Amino acid sequence: MLPSFIFVSVWLAQAAGALAAGPQPWQMNFQEAATPVMEDIVSFHNLLLVIEIIIVLFVLGLMLVIIVKFNSKANPVPSKTTHNTLLEVVWTVVPIAVLMVITVPSMKLLFFMDKAKNPEMTLKITGHQWYWTYQYPDNGDFEFDSNIVDAEDLEKGGKRLLEVDERVILPVNTEIRLLMTSDDVIHNWAVPSFGVKMDTVPGRTNEAWIKVTKTGTFYGQCSELCGVNHGFMPIRVDVVSKAEFAKWAAAAKIEYAAIEVAPKTESGNLATSKKLANTAKAIKLVQAAAHAPALVNMKGE
Amino acid sequence: MSELAHAGADGGHDHSPRGWKRWAYSTNHKDIGTLYTCIALVAAIVGGGMSMLIRLELTEPGIQFIEDFQFYNMVVTAHGFVMVFFVVMPALIGGFGNWFIPLMIGTPDMAFPRMNNVSFWLLAAGLVLLVTSTFIAGGAGTGWTVNPPLSNADFHPGMAVDFGILALHLAGASSILGAINFITTILNMRAPGMTIHRMPLFVWAMLITAFLLLMAIPVLAGALTMLLTDRNFGTAFFSPEGGGDPIFWQHLFWFFGHPEVYIMVIPAFGVISQIVTTFSNKPIFGYLGMAYAMSAIGFVGFIVWAHHMYTVGFNVETRAYFVIATMVIAVPTGVKIFSWLATMWGGSIDFKTPMLYAMGFIFLFTVGGVTGITLANAGIDQAFHDTYFVIAHFHYVLSIATIFAIYGGIYYWLGKMSGRQYSEAQGRWQFWITFVGVNVLFFPQHFLGMAGMPRRIPDYPDAYAGWNMVSSIGAAITLVGALLFLWILYRTVTAGAPAEDNPWGEGATTLEWTVPSPAPFHTHEVLPEMGDDMQPAE
Repeated sequence: MLPSFIFVSVWLAQAAGALAAGPQPWQMNFQEAATPVMEDIVSFHNLLLVIEIIIVLFVLGLMLVIIVKFNSKANPVPSKTTHNTLLEVVWTVVPIAVLMVITVPSMKLLFFMDKAKNPEMTLKITGHQWYWTYQYPDNGDFEFDSNIVDAEDLEKGGKRLLEVDERVILPVNTEIRLLMTSDDVIHNWAVPSFGVKMDTVPGRTNEAWIKVTKTGTFYGQCSELCGVNHGFMPIRVDVVSKAEFAKWAAAAKIEYAAIEVAPKTESGNLATSKKLANTAKAIKLVQAAAHAPALVNMKGE
Repeated sequence: MSELAHAGADGGHDHSPRGWKRWAYSTNHKDIGTLYTCIALVAAIVGGGMSMLIRLELTEPGIQFIEDFQFYNMVVTAHGFVMVFFVVMPALIGGFGNWFIPLMIGTPDMAFPRMNNVSFWLLAAGLVLLVTSTFIAGGAGTGWTVNPPLSNADFHPGMAVDFGILALHLAGASSILGAINFITTILNMRAPGMTIHRMPLFVWAMLITAFLLLMAIPVLAGALTMLLTDRNFGTAFFSPEGGGDPIFWQHLFWFFGHPEVYIMVIPAFGVISQIVTTFSNKPIFGYLGMAYAMSAIGFVGFIVWAHHMYTVGFNVETRAYFVIATMVIAVPTGVKIFSWLATMWGGSIDFKTPMLYAMGFIFLFTVGGVTGITLANAGIDQAFHDTYFVIAHFHYVLSIATIFAIYGGIYYWLGKMSGRQYSEAQGRWQFWITFVGVNVLFFPQHFLGMAGMPRRIPDYPDAYAGWNMVSSIGAAITLVGALLFLWILYRTVTAGAPAEDNPWGEGATTLEWTVPSPAPFHTHEVLPEMGDDMQPAE
């Protein structure tokens, strides 16, 4: 990959603005924060990073002094000092003080991110090998599956390994409770810009929350090893205005209900036909994996 | 190997077996130590080869070589197992421990020589089982944490996971027997005058490590057995369908798994302490603080396990406790770092290859340590959990720091073990190549992790291409360093200059430098007296 290509794409990505979040080439920092939790994570990390860089530079500095002053040529006769009570107390107490400084914002962040205070809606997320099911219990209780889009089916500008066929649509500036579970192995639903990363565990329901403050597109990936296609169950969330979301939800309720009703009238067994549809998708994925070179599309964007 | 010739000649006098029987039936701590070192070298080639395969696949986005993703997951899993159980532990504990504990405390051999033999062969059998598991039914693609339900019979129906479980059982039994041997030897067989508070810090480190093994491994063994019966006999310890809980497994695994990281790094602390004091020509600074800092790290290491599980859905108070408990470990770790620096301060330092590795260890362990502080905070861990940031963190403290201690320890003791001294110029080259390589390899992974790249994926979104390429170039440089090391090792044992009994001068005050090089088959047949000038005096 040519460096010029990389830098051009960095500029292009920056020029495009915040609309398409997700990782950028040569990125050295967090993805753009889009929730209060992620903003707090970023600012706490900025504090930690300063403290840690000071510690590392301090140790490095001492080592450089040692290398210059106490090599066998510069200092042929070693001292015999093996104790200095004051020094030993200082290097025990100062780290404790530093840790206490860290603990305060750490605890604030931890308790703030724990649970939604006044959730306005709930999104239920179920992990499967290897796709996600999203359910909107407060907006008509419809649900749909979200599968990866293969490299060869990507639309122009689509991000390889991050695009899905059915996106999650969520309203901006709305406190949303996320309920997560799994029906096979442990997965993990993670969207870096939201500061959310939660295991979906079979037999348990885990809770997280988001309040996205920006409209736009946000990407994530499964973050717990879940089998063969662990790397191929991405997450895409499109955050829209509340009005647009209401419109979408009303339409989605009919659309996804229609999809579910159709096979039901034919076969009379909704569960079986849904399972068949999912199996078909899984087979498609496995086939895609088997013909992996077809996935190679380095400059997909 | 010349060492064999020397020791073999001595062995003749002592009516010990010759040829293959000498090794297969060995009850001699030096021979068993050599066997452990050799098995670690073989496993390092296997595990290192696997890591190169991973980096080759990740060099560019898209699928390069590994089209079967189960194979990729298997390689990731086996790389972890091999490196933890069959490289780092055998090299530091089985290898250096067996060779130098009896020499350092002034005793002829380990307390239970025959058990020592069993201990080694259990480990060898474990390695065979583990390698076998990679060829069965697509291998175990579970990650080294073997989390159910992925590792149960529904999702890994073949025998691969069972073979893996049995491999760990054998390696664990080997470790428990080894730990019993070390504890008994160190507590009962020290030379007259060597009180607990006068033992070299390497001996302290091994004593603490042995206690950690003795308490942590049985928990792993219990968990593995439950997984085995879940898989084969219809129990449901970890299956929610039968009233079990997959998180229960993670508690048990990490109750073992966290002490395990100290089992790997505390012996490395011991090696580094010996090297630093030797080449600084100065007694260790704050000896008691160092010994009890290691003890404190070992103790606190048992009550922080759930910091590996911040995203499983704990209640917030539980996470708060584990944040604070985890950060406490930074205090004794800081004591160690500063005490090493204070030992060097005012010293007359000889920057030979082992010392370069020790200084590399101290600096890079600090780098890996501060990212550990980052990860200890459950709030921030929500951003970093299961990303490449975690990979960067634990490879800084394990792959870099403990491997530096192994490299450094081999350079430090090779003369005593083989009777031949490595070439200083070659050793320094090998250090600098490795130092540059590992940093180019692992530092960019911090950036990948911050940008959100998940672990254990065979292909990644195109935006992560740049730093992955840099990381793979670093892997190639590290590989050059590793190959150069093997060559230096080969040249040293076949054609190195004869080693003096004490090649390091006045700084080397521990008892292993009082016996000839190579150390004869039997040493300390007359118990040494601890003179007042013998390190360490507290």
